[in-house]
Amino acid sequence: MLSKKEKKLIKEIWERLTPVAEDIGSDALLRMFASYPGTKTYFSHLDISPGSAHLCSHGKKIVLAIAEGAKDISQLTVTLAPLQTLHAYQLRIDPTNFKLLSHCMLVTLACYLGSEFTPVAHAAMDKFLSAFAAVLSEKYR
Amino acid sequence: MVEWTDAERTAISTLWSNIDVGEIGPQALSRLLVVFPWTQRYFPNFGDLSTPAAIAANPKVAQHGKTVMGGLETAVKNMDNIKNAYAKLSVMHSEKLHVDPDNFRVLAECITVVVAAKFGPSVFTAGFQEAWQKFLAVVVSALGRQYH
Repeated sequence: MLSKKEKKLIKEIWERLTPVAEDIGSDALLRMFASYPGTKTYFSHLDISPGSAHLCSHGKKIVLAIAEGAKDISQLTVTLAPLQTLHAYQLRIDPTNFKLLSHCMLVTLACYLGSEFTPVAHAAMDKFLSAFAAVLSEKYR
Repeated sequence: MVEWTDAERTAISTLWSNIDVGEIGPQALSRLLVVFPWTQRYFPNFGDLSTPAAIAANPKVAQHGKTVMGGLETAVKNMDNIKNAYAKLSVMHSEKLHVDPDNFRVLAECITVVVAAKFGPSVFTAGFQEAWQKFLAVVVSALGRQYH
């Protein structure tokens, strides 16, 4: 359960990171590909080497979607409806991978925010990303 | 036997030589108790764990964090035999402490986040993260091995 304070904190963090969405997104993806090589199988049609155009644009896309969801967390199911359909019927990424990306996103946030990524912020973010992933997989079955 | 590349060994020793267990340990344990509050069940005698601030200031948490983090020294010194090096500790966590081994994985995650926050993206690269996580995963596995 996300408290009002936590929702506000999450919204603020993603607002601040929106201008560097590309850096944050590509960093998290690179970390995921390095630590969990199985995740690369979903990108065999793209060039996901460090600094590649595909990696940057994809990372940006993901972070902007997360930031959009963070704007009004109580409306996640509405905001993510099109992405739910995309993931369930087209992309069909195994939802266990959402956990892996979420973890790497937390590591990226820790790297960039340092001591500002307090235990309280970490807890809120972990809850938010779990909720995000759960909503994203709602149409799978 | 776990195979370590030279790059992985270098990453782990570089990180470890710059980690102060007295600094990182307490932060990692506090983070565990805040982010995953149900883990507090294992520390009924630690006193005030009611708020993140209380946890951060709690001397028992700090002391225990330092002890646990220091326990990784065994793995760093026995990289090619981590499984056996932790056999006794594994038995202890199972038979005496009754800790659900899933908690080792969760604590490892917290340690990784604290290390990432400390070192930043240019040191804690994707490659270093991979090596570090692999290292912790081996320790986690070794600690869970003697559970029956």
